[in-house]
Amino acid sequence: MAKKVGMEVAIAAAEAVALCNIDVAAVYPITPNTHIAEHLSEIVADGRLDAEFITVESEHSAMSAAMGASATGARSFTATSSQGLMYMHEVLPIASAMRLPIVMAIGNRAVSGPINIWNDHSDIMLERDMGWISLFVNNGQEAVDLFIQAFKIAEHRDVLLPINVNMDGFQLTHVVEPIDFPTQSQVDKFLPLYKPAASIHPDNPVTMGTLGLPEIFTEACKARDEALVNSKKVILQVWKEWEKMFGRKYEPVESYKATGADVLLLTMGSMGETAEIAVDALRSEGVKAGLLNLRMWRPFPYDELKKAVKGAKILVVIDRAISYGGPGGPVCSEIRSALYEEEKHREIVNYIIGLGGRDVKVEDFINMVKLSLKPVKSRPTYEIYGVRE
Amino acid sequence: MGTEGLLLKNTIVQNFDLYAPKLVDREEYFCSGHRACQGCGEALAIRLMCKALGKETVIANATGCMEVIATLYPTTAWKLPWIHVAFPNAAAVGSGVEAGLKALRRKGRIADRYVKTVAIGGDGGTVDIGLQALSGAMERGHDMLYVCFDNEAYMNTGIQRSSATPFGASTTTAPSGKVSIGNKTWKKNVTEIMVAHNLSYVATACHSYPIDFMNKVKKAIAIKGPTYIHCLSVCPTGWRCKSEECIKLGRMAVETGAFPLYEVERGKYRLNAEMPEKLRPIRDYLKIQGRFRHLGTEEIDWIQKRIHLEYAKLLNKVAHSKSWEELTA
Repeated sequence: MAKKVGMEVAIAAAEAVALCNIDVAAVYPITPNTHIAEHLSEIVADGRLDAEFITVESEHSAMSAAMGASATGARSFTATSSQGLMYMHEVLPIASAMRLPIVMAIGNRAVSGPINIWNDHSDIMLERDMGWISLFVNNGQEAVDLFIQAFKIAEHRDVLLPINVNMDGFQLTHVVEPIDFPTQSQVDKFLPLYKPAASIHPDNPVTMGTLGLPEIFTEACKARDEALVNSKKVILQVWKEWEKMFGRKYEPVESYKATGADVLLLTMGSMGETAEIAVDALRSEGVKAGLLNLRMWRPFPYDELKKAVKGAKILVVIDRAISYGGPGGPVCSEIRSALYEEEKHREIVNYIIGLGGRDVKVEDFINMVKLSLKPVKSRPTYEIYGVRE
Repeated sequence: MGTEGLLLKNTIVQNFDLYAPKLVDREEYFCSGHRACQGCGEALAIRLMCKALGKETVIANATGCMEVIATLYPTTAWKLPWIHVAFPNAAAVGSGVEAGLKALRRKGRIADRYVKTVAIGGDGGTVDIGLQALSGAMERGHDMLYVCFDNEAYMNTGIQRSSATPFGASTTTAPSGKVSIGNKTWKKNVTEIMVAHNLSYVATACHSYPIDFMNKVKKAIAIKGPTYIHCLSVCPTGWRCKSEECIKLGRMAVETGAFPLYEVERGKYRLNAEMPEKLRPIRDYLKIQGRFRHLGTEEIDWIQKRIHLEYAKLLNKVAHSKSWEELTA
């Protein structure tokens, strides 16, 4: 096994993307993912990666250029955060409709206003229904692994969908972590060259991005939905292959001390690791606590989630985004809907925490679990935790 | 300011009109059967452009009439490889296409052959919502020709005013009324904005001068790097004119100086041979279009003055501009 190197996660992500031998990157700067773009452009400038790096004038153009490149059969990459992701919004569903396997890094950041550059998940939650595969990572190693896996998943003939890989801005993108990099030959073996099903070239002229009348639009949506639902099969297969090659296991819903737990925390992204420490502390106090971490956001892992929560009496869902005037956190509303048939068996408590970079500490998780265990007559649908009154 | 001496003398050789069309590619790359309105100038312009471009081309198209009329799934009128993504981003999609083709060719993954990227859009998709992407693509120096097919309003959505709509035109969002003459602003000069991007080749064109337009397209794609052509495309539906007057109106736009034909090659302005020695009165052009029907003598006189001013500005550039080579000699 290669020696681990200490590296900033955003830099490591760029190294991983370079290992994938991409052909085109189109990136517009935005905090906190700029280091990915900067480092990737350095790799290209040093001649370590033979790719076109397009310094686009906006995120809208970043996604549009990535789509144009991907349509020629080029392996294409982009990265963004927050306002930038929202600026791409118009073109995101077209990328999935056109079945272009673009990989996008998202350094998750709060959306304005007030303007805030720090982490939460409100950016990706707004782009949930764009027909993209959406995965979350908890640490630097997972970021490196998932970026390499992402191209393989996206480009698989049974998938052909764009993927976004979500990393918490600053909390993850800007921290130095020990990373075990696969070698170039390992990556080349794992990730074959992209062979598009169709591409725009005079050798075989095709028309891409046609007008869909009402007679065909529903069918086009159904086809995309099926492709996204079925992509889970390929994702699981790719993760199995990765585990065999590199020994690191990935699952749609990951768990920590969840077996036999009475109360389960459910998190997404880097705060999962903090929650693990809280689970240990709670266990030492005699509270049968456990943790679930949702890695796969789209396609939503219904079966795995139902299996993972079995036996738990209380499920505490931690959201890092708000659905204003709605059902609380977007993650919890999905979980409630997914577990509706089994709802009688357990209580689901929803806390919204860590907005706009507010630190989420071990004691916060302990406190939220304890509050959830306290018997009350009625509980609000959701609660914004830690508000300074 | 007189125009004598500034205009190139009419250099058309004898019988040119008879043999020039014979030189045009017989292959159709934009096929019949599409759903454009009768007398659509833009569809004609696209057909001519494609003939000039030839087979080794990829087209990135902004949302607009040309995507709507020609690509109703599962049909297509395009025989060239063609991609459409959205309204404001034809130049950005084209940037990606150009970069993708370049990288794949260099890496030996596609045929080792030069393929030209061409991005196209209407006036809305170019001079309004697409201006940022256009400016970015041109500034970055992609090897790409951008052609704007300017029919002077948002025709696809129903004749709404764009910044390319001429002064005094009545549109569905700038209608003429008891207290309004219709569109109150002068047409935005995007051709000049493109010149300011230091492009090697910028030109105006019109489908009513087919050989001239095709020659400009050929000239533009022969240049490695970003180039721009602004092609006036008559829209009988939106201009509220007879469909059989499409070609005539294009010629009148040029002859009145409302839309002069010129090229800017490496900084040097040149008027086309098609420009008359003396401009026709603008009234002739305005009076046969329903969109200008409401204009009175006073407004027409004002428009006439402004056209003379704009034309004088252009002639001044023709007289005094020097090519980059001349400037560095």
